[in-house]
Amino acid sequence: MKNILVPNPKEAESIHIIREVAAQFEKPVLLFSGGKDSITLVRLAQKAFYPARIPFPLLHVDTGHNFPETIAFRDQLVEELGLELIVANVQDSIDQGKVQEEKGRYSSRNSLQTTTLLDAIEKHKFDACIGGARRDEEKARAKERVFSVRDDFGQWDEKNQRPELFDMLNGKINQGQNVRAFPISNWTELDVWEYIRTENIQIPSIYFAHKRETFVRDGMIWTASEHVYREDHEEVKERMVRFRTVGDMTCTAAVLSDADNLEDVVEEIRASTISERGARIDDKRSEAAMENRKKVGYF
Amino acid sequence: MSTENRKLINIATAGSVDDGKSTLIGRLLYDTKSLTTDKLEAIERNSKQKGFDYLDFSLATDGLVAEREQGITIDVAHIYFNTNKTNYIIADTPGHVEYTRNMVTGASTSQVAIILIDARKGVIEQTYRHFFINNLLRVEHVIVAINKMDLVDFDQQVFADIKSDFEALIAKSDYTDDQVTFIPVSALHGDNIASGSTKMDWYQGPSLLDYLEGLEIEELEDHSVARFPVQYVVRPKTDTHHDFRGFAGRLYGGNLSVGDDVTVLPSFTTTKVKSIEFFDQQYDEAVSGSSVTITLEDEVNVSRGDMLVRSGELPQSEKQLSATICQVNSKPLRLGAKYILQHGVNQVMAKVDSIEGLVHTDFSGEESTDQLRLNDIGKVKFRLSKPIHFDPYKVSKSNGSFILIDEGSFDTTSVGFIQ
Repeated sequence: MKNILVPNPKEAESIHIIREVAAQFEKPVLLFSGGKDSITLVRLAQKAFYPARIPFPLLHVDTGHNFPETIAFRDQLVEELGLELIVANVQDSIDQGKVQEEKGRYSSRNSLQTTTLLDAIEKHKFDACIGGARRDEEKARAKERVFSVRDDFGQWDEKNQRPELFDMLNGKINQGQNVRAFPISNWTELDVWEYIRTENIQIPSIYFAHKRETFVRDGMIWTASEHVYREDHEEVKERMVRFRTVGDMTCTAAVLSDADNLEDVVEEIRASTISERGARIDDKRSEAAMENRKKVGYF
Repeated sequence: MSTENRKLINIATAGSVDDGKSTLIGRLLYDTKSLTTDKLEAIERNSKQKGFDYLDFSLATDGLVAEREQGITIDVAHIYFNTNKTNYIIADTPGHVEYTRNMVTGASTSQVAIILIDARKGVIEQTYRHFFINNLLRVEHVIVAINKMDLVDFDQQVFADIKSDFEALIAKSDYTDDQVTFIPVSALHGDNIASGSTKMDWYQGPSLLDYLEGLEIEELEDHSVARFPVQYVVRPKTDTHHDFRGFAGRLYGGNLSVGDDVTVLPSFTTTKVKSIEFFDQQYDEAVSGSSVTITLEDEVNVSRGDMLVRSGELPQSEKQLSATICQVNSKPLRLGAKYILQHGVNQVMAKVDSIEGLVHTDFSGEESTDQLRLNDIGKVKFRLSKPIHFDPYKVSKSNGSFILIDEGSFDTTSVGFIQ
């Protein structure tokens, strides 16, 4: 019988984009958070260049407040695939006095990451950063281009974006500019989960139901940790939870769940009535939270 | 290979500022249960704040702060939803008179267009322009949604009059009648959006969603001839794959099989397809749309920007081009100007040889002009530094289109459709 390749249209588009990044830029890098979206990117990049190795390194901006499970997973993946990993530490930016640690109830290093990221881009002279952002995540991201040009300050000018026609990608940039490239722009959260299941991709254990010391604030479940500010009246309890998105501990809320395998996780997402970013504390700050962060260089 | 390949439909929506486009999309999301609790709550909260006694679904799609302030959509936004058998991507493009650029952008990746008409206003200048652009870009299916039927008492005559006005436009276009579907709707109340309407017994056709669900994959593809532009040369240089030399790219227009006689452009050397590989699997045949890596029987010189085609199906190879141009940048296109012309993944230099005319977007013809400004559509002749290997846009969307890039700013200034 004839063996015919029928493409998954979203996968084929993403691979096309990743190949364009590798071909059009001198020094691309893949922004790796240890979350499911960047793990999916790594698989797509593997497919794009197979049997050759992925021709660019991974960059992890580490807030120092990551879940240890994520870091262990990251190191294992990098070793298995023989990839180069660059870690940029937010702690270094704090020690250099470039950013100041937030204090108090909602303190997080999430917004501090931007400075660390921009410094890493400058230091390593990266001209393209591949990110796992999806347009369905958030309203401001729905307008993001696949190749998003940033100026010297990493800023996003949403009113002056290059139109993208058909699947032709224009990666030409001037000195000082760089590009954020988003190969899975057109994927939804469900697409990502179904792909992880179909491809049998390994993901960090915190995506599956586990027992964790947590407390409740503003209707969301927070991780009890030395890194997360907590008031005495906020009572810590062990709960069966999992994470739908993996940022650092200070900005990622857990959901109550018994889904301890991929099948159940996909079913849970399918039936879910809370959108993914509903569990992101950083977006709750205001309606325009994401848009404002993007303008100053957040990816 | 994924076993969960749902059908993918890309939809471009276009409409004037007030004809309810965002409401229609919001309604589609709501009725297909694609709006999550937190998004619904945000809509309810915002609607109440504004003093509406109904849910303002347009808030589900109007993303940017500037838009929320002005109450209009100003760029292309992408919206995603799915049913059990189909993934949908809507490119929501503004209908304001200045934004032809965005409509062209949205239409370039879409197989279906929804044109909204306000039942109280009928066919207006905007309608002409939207339909013209869909015609220019060869969007396969057009749905004319005649909206706000609730405000004209669901009157069949209003629908029939608008339909007949629109049919006069179809006669001036390249569309056949069966490519254009008319549906009377009320986006605000949900009539004929995801389900039928109890208020328009006179309408026997499908609801908007039923129509979309019924489209077959074959009806959505751009069929022509196989074109394989090479994006990247894969050379692992590892012990296990020491001599491997594969050509990575995306296949357009038709299928390609192992053993096919192929010609490499621009060298015109001929060889055969030795293998078609995707990740760690090998295939006998790849279907149009696949991103694959191809190896060839002979050691031929192939690099990025080259194209593999079947030897009996050579494209045109020319250093001169006639094309319809849509200007998408505020810097006008002028006689003698030089650009980087990107055709697929290949780039050459191009010079504007002559501007043949400015095309009226109401199907009324052309006038002469010495430049094309932002949102203008015109006919232009170019001279190229090297030949490109193209098909007319009417034959192949992927191999018949290009973009122009400004040499200084590197902005994308224009999109071209080769004649």
